[in-house]
Amino acid sequence: MATTAPVRRRKRRSVPIGRILLLGFFLIFVLWPLYWMFNTSIKPSDDYLTVPPVWFPAHPTLVHYEAALFTYRGLDGLINSLIISLSATVLSALLGTLMAYSLARYDTGGKHLSFWVLSQRFLPPIGIVLPVFLIYRQVGLYDTHVGLIIAYTVFTLPVSVWMMFAYFRGMPKSMEEAALVDGCTRWEAFWRVAVPLAAPGIVAAAVFAFIACWTEFFFALILTSRTAFTLPTVFRAFIGFQGAQYGEAAALAIVSLVPSIALGVLAQRHLVRGLTLGAVRG
Amino acid sequence: MAEVRITGLHKRYGAFHAVRGIDLHVRDGEFAVLVGPSGCGKSTLLRTIAGLEESSQGTIEIGGELVNDFRPRDRDVAMVFQDYALYPHMSVAKNIGFGLKARKMPKPEIEARVAEAARMLGIVPLLGRFPRQLSGGQRQRVAIGRAIVRNPRIFLFDEPLSNLDAQLRDEMRGEIKRLHQDIATTMIYVTHDQIEAMTLADRIVLMRDGLIEQQGAPLDLFERPVSTFVAGFLGSPRMSFLPGTLALDGSAAAIRLADGLLPIAPGRTLNGATHGQSVLLGLRPEHLTRAHAATPAPGTFRYDATIDLVQPTGSRSYATFRLAGAPVVAELQAHDVSRPGERLPIDINMNRASIFDATTEQAI
Repeated sequence: MATTAPVRRRKRRSVPIGRILLLGFFLIFVLWPLYWMFNTSIKPSDDYLTVPPVWFPAHPTLVHYEAALFTYRGLDGLINSLIISLSATVLSALLGTLMAYSLARYDTGGKHLSFWVLSQRFLPPIGIVLPVFLIYRQVGLYDTHVGLIIAYTVFTLPVSVWMMFAYFRGMPKSMEEAALVDGCTRWEAFWRVAVPLAAPGIVAAAVFAFIACWTEFFFALILTSRTAFTLPTVFRAFIGFQGAQYGEAAALAIVSLVPSIALGVLAQRHLVRGLTLGAVRG
Repeated sequence: MAEVRITGLHKRYGAFHAVRGIDLHVRDGEFAVLVGPSGCGKSTLLRTIAGLEESSQGTIEIGGELVNDFRPRDRDVAMVFQDYALYPHMSVAKNIGFGLKARKMPKPEIEARVAEAARMLGIVPLLGRFPRQLSGGQRQRVAIGRAIVRNPRIFLFDEPLSNLDAQLRDEMRGEIKRLHQDIATTMIYVTHDQIEAMTLADRIVLMRDGLIEQQGAPLDLFERPVSTFVAGFLGSPRMSFLPGTLALDGSAAAIRLADGLLPIAPGRTLNGATHGQSVLLGLRPEHLTRAHAATPAPGTFRYDATIDLVQPTGSRSYATFRLAGAPVVAELQAHDVSRPGERLPIDINMNRASIFDATTEQAI
């Protein structure tokens, strides 16, 4: 023991250095843009483009936040985004789970329906945006929350269905069968056994759907105007002919991160398990 | 408590014909074991009784009631699955009580019945745990607890012991048999393990390719198999088969093997057998013993064997030798045989030998 101990100690010391370097690099890679964004959001306008850069402003200010949220109606965009993204996410998760369960357990539509659902994602969105715009104008969905909720639900559904489909496929049938024999109806077996077991997958699919809705720009740009506009469309206003409003853009970007981070923290426990798509179960 | 009567049952999956016309009557309180090689349709048959599969044709009656169109929950059966199918998100107590809760039983009664079932199975200390914290044997007990707590008319078991190691399997097999003795409910049990079938069953239903090959009491099947398939499936080591031809001469009958004549016991009836018919002689290991007496007993043929393989199990030793070119296994006393190459006089008990037609493989 005495002879091997020093060898082991030397070995143990050499590992963390490489690891720390790697982690350090990765940390800078991830955090630097965030730092710079935050830094810009509290800088007075004169400090944006100075050389050498201002690493931390001597007189931090919140004026950019005020302008972004109120003058540029960022707060309205934030509220719209929350309403639309959350509604579309809930709908997408709900419909996606039901649809995926039906596809996975009852082979609804035979072999091809499940692939057809996914194939909806192959369609370039730009191909349908104009017809949708015209239809929406005609039926009164243009520039409404409901209109964008419908559009986002439809766009996120294929991925939700596909993720949940894979998850349900990976789950043994026998637990639901046991529930059926035990005295459940099909609906109860789904609700009381299959859904709780699929919770990690449902959460993962919902997080994906939320992120997709939250960051969506193109459809929001075309389908909304002054009422139902979402947060990403507000950023357009910061690049105008009188120059770029870096401070306001950075401030609004920081604000837009908050829900994503909150969601990430809340869903983290489920997310990792859900992303394995049912391959690993405890 | 109920009898099960199945008439003309078929199950097709597209072009695949899994169950091809089954007639089966399991009496009230009987322990029936469906046994056969994988793919013989035994699990499909069980799942059709449970209502998890729809039959393509034929009727299923439970307790005199036609249940073809009943949902699984309305058939009042309980099922134990191969992978136990415990609900991972519920404690053991919740798992056992789930069926009662689904049937809207009042909570105090659920608790009382769960406690009673847990006591019967010796799993009271586990009630607060989750399935992932249990060993294989404990999970199996919980799965059985979930079945007995409902006091169903019929128990269905789908290969419940195949995920356990050998020792635990022996132990649980005994417990299932004891459970049946204690509660005397009709049980239908699927397995591919012939020892489970022999030890547990009141009635063995041996299946092959979606049909029942033979059914009856375990010893009936073992001693009077209707075909080489049944004879070869039951018993371990399996029956040895020797090809030969029948030699009939008045009242005396014998089987002509490749290198000699083996007389058939005088009292043996040979239904519809003809002289020169190609047959298979079936010998079980326990029909062959080491000769100790000076002359063989009546109906016994003595053969001078050269042992080429010895497999001791402790209590007995299995010795393999060649008889008319075919390998034959004899079950001998542990010390009757010591090493390969040994020459031993072996007595073949022709009174108990089985004879099959070589082409139809049916018993004669």
